[in-house]
Amino acid sequence: MKTNIARALAAGALAALLGGTLVACSGGDTDAAGGGKSDAAALDAALKKGGTIEYWTWTPQAKDQIAEFEKEYPKVKVNLTDTGGAGDSNTKLQNAISAGKGIPDVVQVEYQSVGQFQLPGYLTDLTQYGFADLKSKYTASTWANVTQNGGIWGLPQDSGPMALFYNKDVFEKYDLTVPTTWDQYIADAKKLHEADPTKWLVNDTGDAGLATSLMWQAGGKPFKINGQKVTINTDDAGVKKYSDMWSQLIDQGLVGNISGWSDEWYKALGDGTIATVTLGAWMPGILTSGAPDGAGKWAVAPMPTYDGGEAVTAENGGSTEVVPKGASNPVLGAAFLRWLNSNEKSIKVFMDDGGFPATVADLHSDDFLNYKSDYFGGQQINKVLAAAADSVISGWQYLPWQAYANTIYTDDVGPAFQDKSDLYAGIQKWLNDNVKYGKEQGFTVNG
Amino acid sequence: MTTMSAAAPQVAHERRRARLKTRLNLAGAGFVTPFLIGFALLVIAPVLYSLYLSLFRTQLIGGTSFVGLENYTQAFTDPKFWSGALRVLVFLVVQVPIMLVLALIAALAVDSGRLYGRSFFRLAIFLPYAVPGVVAVLMWGFMYSDRMGLTGYVNDLFGVQLITPYTRQWILTAIGNIVTWEYVGYNMLIFYSGLRSVSTELYEAAAIDGAGQMRTIFSIKLPALRGSIVVATIFSIIGSFQLFNEPNILKTIAPTIVTTNFTPNMYAYNLSFVGQQVNYAATMAIIMGVVTAVIAYVVQLRGSRQEF
Repeated sequence: MKTNIARALAAGALAALLGGTLVACSGGDTDAAGGGKSDAAALDAALKKGGTIEYWTWTPQAKDQIAEFEKEYPKVKVNLTDTGGAGDSNTKLQNAISAGKGIPDVVQVEYQSVGQFQLPGYLTDLTQYGFADLKSKYTASTWANVTQNGGIWGLPQDSGPMALFYNKDVFEKYDLTVPTTWDQYIADAKKLHEADPTKWLVNDTGDAGLATSLMWQAGGKPFKINGQKVTINTDDAGVKKYSDMWSQLIDQGLVGNISGWSDEWYKALGDGTIATVTLGAWMPGILTSGAPDGAGKWAVAPMPTYDGGEAVTAENGGSTEVVPKGASNPVLGAAFLRWLNSNEKSIKVFMDDGGFPATVADLHSDDFLNYKSDYFGGQQINKVLAAAADSVISGWQYLPWQAYANTIYTDDVGPAFQDKSDLYAGIQKWLNDNVKYGKEQGFTVNG
Repeated sequence: MTTMSAAAPQVAHERRRARLKTRLNLAGAGFVTPFLIGFALLVIAPVLYSLYLSLFRTQLIGGTSFVGLENYTQAFTDPKFWSGALRVLVFLVVQVPIMLVLALIAALAVDSGRLYGRSFFRLAIFLPYAVPGVVAVLMWGFMYSDRMGLTGYVNDLFGVQLITPYTRQWILTAIGNIVTWEYVGYNMLIFYSGLRSVSTELYEAAAIDGAGQMRTIFSIKLPALRGSIVVATIFSIIGSFQLFNEPNILKTIAPTIVTTNFTPNMYAYNLSFVGQQVNYAATMAIIMGVVTAVIAYVVQLRGSRQEF
């Protein structure tokens, strides 16, 4: 009798467990299937019905954007988690996905990391919610960043078309010409460093983000991604062009040995030790908060080009929000994401606090273009930066594992910076390391 | 009758003893259990899980599959792994003896009774250990800086690049200096407590026999410290093989020198958290664990022999 009861209990428990699993499975299935048939209207319905979503981001404006959103849709509650930065955020997301628990409904991802999450099938294709209709709102280069392998995986939040930021005071004092070509830039670098050996026109310690952006501007296309097939060209003309130009700076000892984003870097930007940075259009915000001593000294100009003539630039940084698979509330998440990166009010909050938008209309609005920056001594910086957004060269693709590739870039080119050895050899070693890594990760790589 | 009466208490006594013994055994188990639970959860389980992980491979394309010992064969032929392992070995061979000798001298000095302000010295030498590791490295990172720190002032003073910590030939020395600064006090405390346990009668006897300070050190104090020295050495070996914090923080300042595979721990960290190769990282952790255990065991065997 006793054993029978025990058996019955065990069977019941097992059934409950299985039932739970089945329910959980079917719950997931219905969501996915329902999602498959839904469109923009489903998102509107979800917003009306309300609910709670989890949002992970490191966007400084997120809190204000959420406040604005909850005012408009009082039934929706958005729980914000500040992930601190791209690196930590990727790790955290990867862990949640691996654990299959605590996956956010909406999460910020850098453009260069979209592939890392999309290819293994971790992201929800937003085409099903009618996101294709939003295409015309965004610049071509940012839209290309969120669409790959036949799907739409997010909406662009910001963009980082590159420009040259330079310290006017230093340029005037040492009689330097604002460079329009990289040749002129190298000449300036030499003139400045010879006049004052403690000052540098440029700093770099093998930063992969800067290097890939400069390869991009040189017309380089070392990576071609087609689903699980990755082509890595270890002898790309654009990559060579970048290497030839940058190694002139290194070989003549004109590159300051100061790492970007270090305390020393911020100090050097403030006191004129470093006279220029070539980075994305989000740089004004960084300068304002990170180098307050530089106020009134800095100015912005178009990025120097390799060949002179027509303005050509590249993107540097920038991110999107995505809806991961396994999110508990994907429909409402997609609805929030649509509002976040396409609604006028949201974008206004974003821009008011120094964000550089990815939306064409905002990039060309009079308010935006005529804005005079106090930090830049009253210069209408957005005119330069918006023009840069229009001259981004197309066709560049990042590796599906770009975040990892960036960490080992410095390992491979380090000797070139340290001992003035062959930079191009270092870059080729890096490309070959990526061929190896891609194969280890199951990609078909022909490099 | 007499035999009976003698045997009966004897048997009862035996029984009582046996009962007492089992009770004692149970009590012993009770005392050990909390530790065993912690040990199983915090040591055995993670090690087993790492072993399990090391037999699989997870790919961005293709998911997880069982690969047997493939990760191990890959690790044994991975130059990036072994260059890091070799680096920590060099670090170990040079830094650990220097640090332990300094700690020993400090302990002997504090123990000699001839030092004014003994407690002050003891605390001052120990204090760096109380500074959180990360803070200590950040602090030294600033001091090493040629543009912002002490190094810059010294170089300006002499007019030449006298100290250049952020170069390939000096970076390991620079890290060794930080680690030594951090842990001399800790090791000194181990030695000092060893010295305090030496009976003062031995010193008196030695003094009567006409032994001087040096003779006392070499004939009484050092032999008495043998156990402490072995323990401190083993701790230091483990610490060296696990070198991570110091180079990982200096990496932000000198990324072209401190590579992602500078030490085995950094390599495993970067592979698992950025490179998505958790399985391979677990494999390296197991290999490094075994290497460390073997070396520590050899040191222990060698150290517990009678002669030095």
